[in-house]
Amino acid sequence: MRHTHMNRRDFLKCAGAVATLPLTTVELAFADADRNFTFAYISDAHIQHIQGTKFVRNWDRGLIRAVAETNLLNPRPDFVVFGGDLAQLGKKEELDHGAEMLSKLNYKMYGVLGEHDYYLDLGEYWSKLYGPHYYSWDHKGVHFITLNSILTYDKWTFERWPSAEQRMNEMAGLDNPNGSPFMVGETQRAWLKKDLAKISQDTPVVLFSHSPIQKIYKGWNFWTEDAEDVQAMLESYKDVTVVYGHVHQIQYNQIGNISFHAVMATAWPWPYPQSYAQAESHLPKLTVPMNRANPFHERDATGWQFIDVNSGRIAMHYNLSDNTNRTVKYNPDIGKPEDSFYQAASRQVAPQQHY
Amino acid sequence: MKRMLTVSLLVCVLVALGAGLVLQRTSRADEFTEQDAERWQKEFMVVAQKGRELWVSPKLGTNQVSCAQCHPNGANTHPETYPKFQKQLGRVIGLRDMINWCIMNPMEGKPLKLNDPNMVAIEAYLAYERRGVPLAPGKH
Repeated sequence: MRHTHMNRRDFLKCAGAVATLPLTTVELAFADADRNFTFAYISDAHIQHIQGTKFVRNWDRGLIRAVAETNLLNPRPDFVVFGGDLAQLGKKEELDHGAEMLSKLNYKMYGVLGEHDYYLDLGEYWSKLYGPHYYSWDHKGVHFITLNSILTYDKWTFERWPSAEQRMNEMAGLDNPNGSPFMVGETQRAWLKKDLAKISQDTPVVLFSHSPIQKIYKGWNFWTEDAEDVQAMLESYKDVTVVYGHVHQIQYNQIGNISFHAVMATAWPWPYPQSYAQAESHLPKLTVPMNRANPFHERDATGWQFIDVNSGRIAMHYNLSDNTNRTVKYNPDIGKPEDSFYQAASRQVAPQQHY
Repeated sequence: MKRMLTVSLLVCVLVALGAGLVLQRTSRADEFTEQDAERWQKEFMVVAQKGRELWVSPKLGTNQVSCAQCHPNGANTHPETYPKFQKQLGRVIGLRDMINWCIMNPMEGKPLKLNDPNMVAIEAYLAYERRGVPLAPGKH
């Protein structure tokens, strides 16, 4: 890649071809260099059951590839996060099939719950595989938090639908007007308040959620209803980063002290909301979009991420199948994330125009 | 005699003209009422609605995948740009060819006939979701 100054890490870009990836060249935040570390992020596999032992081949291949490539990272990431929507319709078959693929990872894995994992049995089977729906842990000086951000109004969840299957199907349709806005909810916000009270204001916080903890486009639930409440709880901490899935596309933003980074799906890409002509949406202005997908390359505009943590902030490396890799990294000089190459308008390319 | 001829000729012409007028009144091609227009729009919407139902259903393919899974609200299908040169196929194609491409590949189904009512319904739905966007034939 032409904008690399230093290559330290080799990994298999695709079968038979070895490529190099850039790591951030400045590592100065933590006086103790051992505190700089990396982790990988795989998300939105949407493993979809057809019948019997048959699953949608295309989505299977995306997750298998991400797992295989992640296993080749050297040096090893400290852990992997799976960012939600392992299943398409929350079925046991789908969660089992996906979990079987993820079990090939050579690293500890943390799970984030997505709406496609949740609305059939309200996350019961997912919990048997991956534990609690929200939790936190500390790692090398960073406080990590995982939220279940895909809850919604109780009335919608518990009263509106005659069957669990229908509830799942209604929420699974991204553009379904019968859906309902995502939210973290009061119970979890109370838990979060207590959890944050335990750490000092200068402890870096990295929060994982499935939906963006910001409001981009309600029609497709690129949205969390109580986003502002959660943001307010985080605003006094010096370095806060939110990493989210759900949107199947590159997005990044800065609101106050909080940096936002979206991750790619391994299954399929989604259009940017401005591609829908009938509604207004608010893609963060900072975001230089990913290239438009070439449907003739079935893995194009999908991918996985490895994430470099230093300075209490992150550099997000997007590993994009069949496309040029991207790096979006927090720039302390301007106080927001930026693309390491494409940020300047003069460097942007035609496929990044979405309409 | 000459006068009689002239009169009868005139009568013939008048009758013919009258008949012509009557004929014209029953065969005007461009007369319709607001009610007609409303009815026709409803007919269109019935078909577009059928297209929406197909868009979100797994019926078109064989692997349970629906069009809407990748294209919510028909986004990123760009009906206003067709026909256009599809670089992956190396020729100019219509929107219906691309719909069939998706049915055959990601959805692992059989292509529809180009005049299949379901194909027309899908096209109607996509055009409806894209209403108001200027035509841009050939645009990539």
